[in-house]
Amino acid sequence: MQNGSTNKIWELLNTVPDPEIPVISVVELGVIRDVKFMDNSFSIYITPTYSGCPATKTFQDDISTCLKENNIHNFKLIIKYDPPWTTDLMTEETKEKLMKYGISPPSDIVVCPQCKSEKTQLISEFGSTACKSLYKCINCLEPFEHFKCI
Amino acid sequence: MSLLNYTLRIADGSLISAQRLSGWCSKGPTLEEDIALSNISLDLFGQANGFLGYASEIDGSKSADDFAFKRNEREFYNLKITEQENGHFGDTIVRLFFCSAFNFLFYTKLSESKDKTLSALASKSLKEVKYHLKHSESWMIRLGDGTEESKLKIQESLNSIWQFTGEFFEMDEIDIQMNDLGIGVNNTSLRLGWDKIVNKTLEEARLTRPEDTYMQTGSKKGLHTECLGHLLSEMQYLPRAYPDAKW
Repeated sequence: MQNGSTNKIWELLNTVPDPEIPVISVVELGVIRDVKFMDNSFSIYITPTYSGCPATKTFQDDISTCLKENNIHNFKLIIKYDPPWTTDLMTEETKEKLMKYGISPPSDIVVCPQCKSEKTQLISEFGSTACKSLYKCINCLEPFEHFKCI
Repeated sequence: MSLLNYTLRIADGSLISAQRLSGWCSKGPTLEEDIALSNISLDLFGQANGFLGYASEIDGSKSADDFAFKRNEREFYNLKITEQENGHFGDTIVRLFFCSAFNFLFYTKLSESKDKTLSALASKSLKEVKYHLKHSESWMIRLGDGTEESKLKIQESLNSIWQFTGEFFEMDEIDIQMNDLGIGVNNTSLRLGWDKIVNKTLEEARLTRPEDTYMQTGSKKGLHTECLGHLLSEMQYLPRAYPDAKW
């Protein structure tokens, strides 16, 4: 693609799933900071979720693959640390998707994704991935993961 | 040159702490704790990668991997507390608590640095370090205010690790220069805040703050305890033995 339509790039990026949580895209996750077109090339600014998150490399590869499959070769991926990634920008729609998938979305009151009870208890600050902690529901007793607020 | 050295000090602290903590992977006392320590280790590796990447940019010829894998002990600037052997779980928790309390204060200040890259990396690291502090604090309290045995053990860990806490607040000529330029942090000024966090937690944990006696020093000049060489020999083995190895 030779012209500089960044909208098309955003559309494509929105089809690239998060490698760990496939129900949301990398755009919904909030790791795509900006897309710019200059000197006949797209610059895609990416921020890591957690510094050491192994998925960072995976979604960079996935983005490259997706763009190339769509015949876009004039792009570069640039890591941008500032401002740091935050869960504050996650939309209600994205939070809803997480909830349906069984992950309690980032919020001060942790809600059980199974029975929607607010009576929940922290089991561990650290879960199966860097962005999640482990909870259990006091109402239905199911254990579940909570997307940490950061 | 000073900026490179300053950045390496921060990077090395994260890298060596990360490598040490990774030793708990599959050996944690419970599954949750195994995952917690491995996750903290991963955060620290990530932070080290960010700072080493910046060091590589400043240097212009060495890559982040070159800095991690092709330097010898005397060229590492991590504080001695980070290289100490894991010991038992209580030893690890005390070191993690001391370091996290310091890192929390240090990154809070460094996020105001005039150097845009350092301030960005610091803001990022700060968010993660808050979790590390919270986690290690809660264990300090559980172990200190736990059983007779856990209290005895963690007090012994405190007493033996205390000698490594003096290095946090040292200021050598590079620190002074970086602080004067508005790039670095005045470590001495962090002492009050660190004491406050530590005293509050120790009180809640019913533990006794050790007396200040002899304090270890030297890591800013690349002088280390014997633990570092053993750690590096393991961490650096593969890229040194097989320099052409690729992921």
